[in-house]
Amino acid sequence: MPDIVVKTEDVVKEYRMGSNVLRALDGINIEIERGEYISLMGPSGSGKSTLFNMIGALDRPTEGEVYIDGQNMSHLSQRQIAAFRCHRVGYIFQSYNLLNVRTAHGNVTLPMIFAGIPEKQRNEKAEKLLDRVGLGDRMYHLPDELSGGQRQRVAIARALANDPSIILADEPTANLDTITGREIIDLIKQLNTEQGVTVISATHDLKMLDVSDRIVDIRDGLVERIRNRDEIEIQVGEVGGHE
Amino acid sequence: MNQKAPIEEQIDLPFLESLRISFQSLKIRFGRSIITTAGITLGIAFLVSVWTNNEIEFALQESGRSTDITSIDETSEQGISTKDIWLIIMSLIVCVVGIANSMLMAVTERFREIGTMKCLGALDGFVVRLFLLESGFQGFAGALIGALIGTLGAITLGLKNYGLDLFFYFPLLPARPENGPMQVGVLLLILIGCVLGMILAVIGSSFPAWRAAKLPPAEAMRTEV
Repeated sequence: MPDIVVKTEDVVKEYRMGSNVLRALDGINIEIERGEYISLMGPSGSGKSTLFNMIGALDRPTEGEVYIDGQNMSHLSQRQIAAFRCHRVGYIFQSYNLLNVRTAHGNVTLPMIFAGIPEKQRNEKAEKLLDRVGLGDRMYHLPDELSGGQRQRVAIARALANDPSIILADEPTANLDTITGREIIDLIKQLNTEQGVTVISATHDLKMLDVSDRIVDIRDGLVERIRNRDEIEIQVGEVGGHE
Repeated sequence: MNQKAPIEEQIDLPFLESLRISFQSLKIRFGRSIITTAGITLGIAFLVSVWTNNEIEFALQESGRSTDITSIDETSEQGISTKDIWLIIMSLIVCVVGIANSMLMAVTERFREIGTMKCLGALDGFVVRLFLLESGFQGFAGALIGALIGTLGAITLGLKNYGLDLFFYFPLLPARPENGPMQVGVLLLILIGCVLGMILAVIGSSFPAWRAAKLPPAEAMRTEV
């Protein structure tokens, strides 16, 4: 039996804007296995970022349930949700979302501070992680003093701080040039293959396709189709041809 | 479905850790912190100067040394003019609105930061405590400077109007004249200014911080200023 990490059941999300109700998700059912690299693809406004937020417990669904590691997320207390975000998931965002008042090192230690890890231990681990993402020499720089690619590397190091089992990446390459984007994708893929971290990425970057195990196409708040890796190879050439 | 270890409860951070994070944040954002603090300083300086000035005038009026400037005022039987009361109330309102506004802006531009901290595992309470500490410190520092500036301003004006007589009748301590309202005294006024500035700053920042902390992180991070 496959080891399911994430499962959504008829997830619906509605946003109220004045008197209008916008249905961003219209009943999403997906299952994600442990160790998979999943890409949620779709045009902007398709609901992929909303789905991403639901899976990462960053927002609550209007209807339906999200299960992570077999736990129904809507049954968790505030403290459990905070602990879940702290220990189980690492988030990577399009706009990096680093805290500008903390250095690269300070950003990486923050989730460990929340986890109650002693100072010496967390400092060492932050150094190790920043070294690993290739920022060993810029550890004590503020985010403003780093390039986009470097900031995203800090975000990746921060996402790994508490050894999460899931990495959630929302358009991690959207603000980066092609080469830097490629490097970031390779880094995330490396984590996936070497450490068995489950990667769930919302993206419309075609470069993400050939590293993904499965691609979930989202359109108008619904799962349009799910493609496997072997189908992807053919698709890349085809879709890439339009560019 | 595979059952993994149940999700544990998030721990509380030691107070010292919160204190360290909040000071670090104030230090790095120094320029911005100064502007916010200046908002508090100005509000309190205005209130304290108007009020102290009023106390000085009253004290000297009591002593019979008041100049023409005050005697032509429309003085009530208690010896305090309605204009003065009006001025104090106005300065109080300006002070409250000014501080609330500057704290509100300072928190609103940090919604994203609040959302991010929650993504990393911060409890709502921690976020609120962080803002409480930051604003409490800013409020106290700003209000103390403001109160001192306000007092100095009022003293300068008093010296101009009454000369050195001012110091013989200086209303330093609280007093209860027979025919007048309670005099607060300048020392107590400085203290009131400090406490008021701090309370206003703390309320002005922790209320929006609490509201932001209650939002789901996705929503807090979406907020653009």
